[in-house]
Amino acid sequence: MSTVNIKIEGIPYQVENGLTILEAAKACGYEIPSLCAFNHGECNAASCRVCLVEATGARGLVASCVYPVAEGMEIKISSQKAVEARRRSVELLLSNHNKNCQQCDKNGQCELLHVANVTGARDDAFAGVHSETYLDTLAPGLVRDTSKCILCGRCIARCNNAHALGILGFENRGFKTFVSPAQNRSFAESPCIQCGQCVNVCPTGALMEHSEIGLVDAAFRAGKHVIVQAAPAVRAALGEEFGYPVGTPVTGKMIAALRRLGFERVYDVNFGADLTIMEEGTELLHRLTEGGTLPMITSCSPGWVNYAELQYGDLLPHLSTCKSPHQMQGAIIKSYWAKEKGIAPEDIFVVSVMPCIAKKYEEKREQEKVNNIPDVDAVITTRELARMIRKSGILFNRLPDEEWDQDIMGDYSGAGVIFGVTGGVMEAALRTVYFKLTGKEKEEIVFTEVRGHEAGIREASIDINGTTVNVAIASGMRSARVLLDEIRAGKSKYQFIEIMGCPGGCINGGGQPYVRSCFLPEEDDNILDTYKEKRAQALYSEDERQVIRQSHNNPQIIELYEKYLGEPNSHLAHELLHTSYAAREKFPEK
Amino acid sequence: MGAFQGLKRALSMDRQAVIDEVLASGLRGRGGAGFPTGRKWQFAYGSQSDTKYVVCNGDEGDPGAFMDRSILEGNPLAVIEGMMIAGYAIGAQNGYFYVRAEYPIAVNRLRKAIAQAREVGLLGENILGTDFSFDCHLRLGAGAFVCGEETALLNSLEGKRGMPRPRPPFPAVKGLWGQPTIINNVETLACVPYILREGAGEFASVGTERSKGTKVFALGGKVNNVGLVEVPMGTTLRELIYDIGGGIPNGKKFKAIQTGGPSGGCLTEEFLDEPIDFDNLVAKGSMMGSGGAIVMDEDNCMVDVAKFYMEFICDESCGKCTPCRIGTKRMLEILTKITEGKGTMHDLEELEELSDTVKTNSLCALGQTSANPINSTIAHFKDEYIAHIVDKKCPAHVCKSLMEYHIDPDKCIGCGKCAKGCPANCIERSDYTAPGHKLASMKINTQECLKCGNCISSCKFNAIEKR
Repeated sequence: MSTVNIKIEGIPYQVENGLTILEAAKACGYEIPSLCAFNHGECNAASCRVCLVEATGARGLVASCVYPVAEGMEIKISSQKAVEARRRSVELLLSNHNKNCQQCDKNGQCELLHVANVTGARDDAFAGVHSETYLDTLAPGLVRDTSKCILCGRCIARCNNAHALGILGFENRGFKTFVSPAQNRSFAESPCIQCGQCVNVCPTGALMEHSEIGLVDAAFRAGKHVIVQAAPAVRAALGEEFGYPVGTPVTGKMIAALRRLGFERVYDVNFGADLTIMEEGTELLHRLTEGGTLPMITSCSPGWVNYAELQYGDLLPHLSTCKSPHQMQGAIIKSYWAKEKGIAPEDIFVVSVMPCIAKKYEEKREQEKVNNIPDVDAVITTRELARMIRKSGILFNRLPDEEWDQDIMGDYSGAGVIFGVTGGVMEAALRTVYFKLTGKEKEEIVFTEVRGHEAGIREASIDINGTTVNVAIASGMRSARVLLDEIRAGKSKYQFIEIMGCPGGCINGGGQPYVRSCFLPEEDDNILDTYKEKRAQALYSEDERQVIRQSHNNPQIIELYEKYLGEPNSHLAHELLHTSYAAREKFPEK
Repeated sequence: MGAFQGLKRALSMDRQAVIDEVLASGLRGRGGAGFPTGRKWQFAYGSQSDTKYVVCNGDEGDPGAFMDRSILEGNPLAVIEGMMIAGYAIGAQNGYFYVRAEYPIAVNRLRKAIAQAREVGLLGENILGTDFSFDCHLRLGAGAFVCGEETALLNSLEGKRGMPRPRPPFPAVKGLWGQPTIINNVETLACVPYILREGAGEFASVGTERSKGTKVFALGGKVNNVGLVEVPMGTTLRELIYDIGGGIPNGKKFKAIQTGGPSGGCLTEEFLDEPIDFDNLVAKGSMMGSGGAIVMDEDNCMVDVAKFYMEFICDESCGKCTPCRIGTKRMLEILTKITEGKGTMHDLEELEELSDTVKTNSLCALGQTSANPINSTIAHFKDEYIAHIVDKKCPAHVCKSLMEYHIDPDKCIGCGKCAKGCPANCIERSDYTAPGHKLASMKINTQECLKCGNCISSCKFNAIEKR
């Protein structure tokens, strides 16, 4: 690693060559206010013009987010000229911004407000008309409100990086510019998979999840039996909303908080995950042994399912027919559990806490209903849960650690926990498939071959009783499409593929807490590189703590099949736990 | 005469010698900023890559300017030859013409010229028996002003939205499709064959110390002879306006000349004897630009002129960076306020501050120079701004909100022609008959008046005036 000598405010520093001024300054202990820059040049538009500094060798001020350091460079962050220029850029942004901050769900996590505070920008420095704005609330997953958009372009960059989908782009020009799907369509009328990666990177409230907190409140008011179930990835990230270091599992406090919010039962979706493995593992076995469509592809990520229906309609028979874990569990709550408790399914309101916003679309699908009753009634994200907790005055950090409700569906295996990580579903399924094929537990229970968190494709060959099963995993549609094109061309060597919509899987889902180094002063500079790994580690450590680590050994799962479902893939199991898919128009008639 | 002789000579020289020749000629970019062409080539020559590109910027966007169009229509082969010499010099294999689609004749002739050059083997493999191979391609732009900015042009060429890229990396290092690229204006490339054919000394024999050769201007506005003129660098503004342009029509008084289009500034009477060259115009608060030269007389309101250019910039801003996207809109709002008589002295201060912010903070030259018309009109005509703001008057009677039409009852013979032509039906007969007139004079109901000016042009007795 070569280094260069620079000076910041006259103080000499040695920094890595090739860094931008912004990165170098951070390494030296300076936080230059910035907005459009994101994640090591993932967005490097240099368009917001907030991070301006003086640097020798440059004409005028430079955008520190893209300008590289050089030997002997002298940087002035706090010169009058630079300070004023930064403030002015923010003031101009504020002059065309919908400043209803009190009603904005981004309040407290808004980067525009943050840089406004840091730069001392006044919100009334410039008066003038606002651009024409658009509000898109048609999509179940996400809401686009261009009145809050600062046109930084992060969302556009993320959609392309993660998925090569290019859903969002700039429309119009000059003062009339806005960010939108093609033709100013709604997300709902575009090939958007509603994964919410764009929401994760939006600095303001321009892109948000479509909140369903109101639905939950209404259910409480209506006196329903409101049951909550939380996905594994939520516990690995919720703590970040309350100041815990990234990667701190907060399972016990989360359960305690959910109870205090008034939920009648607090269940873990891991039970559903174990159920999914029983069904999906059995389905895979059938396909392997009876000549079904191979490779079989997992179906628990609704972002991915959306992508398949929109882009690869011809490959839908490859998708497992299994519903995703929370949908399965919702169906079981409204059938088996309801029967056991003597409650009518109509009186039950199931809320899923998810790291995901595509689940908000999934929950509303016609194919996710039994007898016209939806399996799940509302999906709230990790972030929405945090908002509910704050709103209720609960001091999360002071909560005791509590346990899941244990009746009927409280047990879960370690296999279920790791669903939240890319490769996790595959690993959990293989543990069970191995047992089914060999009658033995696999000694080396951890399939490290397929474990990983970075976007990209990983593959493995697993020897089961002399039969080789080739498997692959991908997360993010950019890598998934490589595997899908192979299948389409008839060249896929795999029998089983796991695809997750979001890069890194559910731990990096579109509903997870925002990771912003400006709000995480205690974390490393490179937190944007490491947060996925840290969250994943939180889940793996929980897996390793579990006594039961295979889904088929979960006693309550065994009991469910014995008492109710019969066997995996039984007729009743199909009715409750399986779904179907249909190809969709990318740009339907409006 | 002498077509492709420049190329022939260039191919007989080594690449560095070609660049040295262009450096020695003192040729500077004709597109706006006047960057030395040879230095641009030298940078690209020094960039290590097997693939390099030459791009010809034919996205002429200044309102009223059409120098590049005339060159492309008149002598496309000269531009092709210039591009090939550039290609040889930097080690490029391909060149792209980026021409706005509103120039259909230029586009057709260029297309034909490229095809003909290919046909006779002047483009393609082993040109003129050497191991130099080069081909030209034509791409049409949709006419966005910002695509004249070189990095926005590159994005547009790549099929992306025409928005500028941050620099560094400069195009000479990482340009078209990430490869070293030079971007030269049409007029610049058209100068190159001459330099190589006749030698740098011959080219440099014309011009001033630091601006060599000739420059084409699109002379327009309040001048008797409008059109394209090619003058040696160093010609004075007075020669341009009076000797070549034939002076101001109707005996009106010269007020200012705007050079450099929307990015330039206005130069007043006191600068008329200044020689035109790149550095001198900048020093005097304007710029050469691509060659737009619009003459204004006493009937032009300078606040309105500033507003006109700001409207243009505001419309043409790509919307990428904050200061240009929002700052130009805010400046336009203030200018509009002033021209409507609603401005305050505080607005004027804010306008000056804003122009400073937009200049300092913008990403590309479009934004950085967008306030030049404001700065130069405030510098030279602050009294006009103050007249609008404090006296609520437009001295040139241009700003409609600050002006009324008035019929002089003693001059008016009461013929009523004005009333017939009035679209607002707001002219009626008064009850005053001037001594010696048979009919009562006409009068204008100023509340209803649209200020269209029909009445003035229809009155044969000069009885109607603006005030």
